Amino acid sequence: MDTAAGVEARLPIRSDMDLVWVRQHVRHAAAKLGFSLVDQTKLVTAASELARNTLVHGGGGQMETAQVTTGGNGGLRLTFSDSGPGIPDLDRALSDGYTSGGGLGMGLGGARRLVHDFTVETVPGSGTSVRVTSWVSRPPRLREDV
Amino acid sequence: MSEAFSRPAAGQVPVLRLGNVLPVTLPGDLHDGMAHRLRQDLSEAVVRGGVTGVVIDISGVEIVDSFLGRVLAELAAQAGLPAARTVVAGMRPAVAITLVELGLTLPGLRTAPTTEAALELLGRTAAPPRAGRGREGSP
Ligand SMILES: Nc1ncnc2c1ncn2[C@@H]1O[C@H](COP(=O)(O)OP(=O)(O)OP(=O)(O)O)[C@@H](O)[C@H]1O
Ligand SMILES: [Mg+2]
Repeated sequence: MDTAAGVEARLPIRSDMDLVWVRQHVRHAAAKLGFSLVDQTKLVTAASELARNTLVHGGGGQMETAQVTTGGNGGLRLTFSDSGPGIPDLDRALSDGYTSGGGLGMGLGGARRLVHDFTVETVPGSGTSVRVTSWVSRPPRLREDV
Repeated sequence: MSEAFSRPAAGQVPVLRLGNVLPVTLPGDLHDGMAHRLRQDLSEAVVRGGVTGVVIDISGVEIVDSFLGRVLAELAAQAGLPAARTVVAGMRPAVAITLVELGLTLPGLRTAPTTEAALELLGRTAAPPRAGRGREGSP
């Protein structure tokens, strides 16, 4: 089954209208891969948080989406990257309620709870890349931490 | 009677009036600019007086992220009414489940399954007695 056509994409994140396209694309891709309605909603919500962080804190960037497979189980991987200031203290940024400016501080930690895999690479002064993956069916529990 | 307070332009959420209540229906995907605009329109409508409640219908909204959560809380807080006078109606089950996991609470916001239920909730708790007010009925 070739579903990659409507799934793989690279979308710019430069304005709040781009956030709308990001959400729409993630919704369509997740639906196409067979995610349930609740799982689609979780992934789109996580994408919305991360894309807004890319825009607001990272000064803009992009999202790349890819279909991934492991042991016959399909998934969707989203990578948000920017060349902004980076995150100096990642643990603090991930904690609920921490915001460096005017937000609720729920975005990053909340997005982590809404996906199956969550990785952040950030270099102060040169940028941030957040990669998340969710699986159509639950992945085998290999380890508890994220 | 029901009257339009503002003429909606493209990409704008109309703020109408139903008796003493402002019912607002959010579109499926509200972009940030529309949210800011709506906040202004709503507070202008409240400033004109006589408003006892706001109903925000989100039955068409596909996701509530922390931005929209904050918009909803701010709409409630700055409508110039006690937060309890704002009712969020029609949240989809998938959205409600996701909100819990996201960790977002909407403090002070009341919820109702439908706009009708929300109007009833507001009517029961705050509408002035019907005696001679003549503002209730809508066309
Ligand atoms: N891409 C990024 N580049 C630089 N800093 C970031 C980035 N993403 C997150 N941060 C930092 O992490 C903090 C926490 O992010 P989080 O999304 O949890 O909260 P927020 O964006 O401030 O508020 P909100 O609840 O509205 O999302 C931010 O305030 C910001 O300092
Ligand atoms: Mg954020």
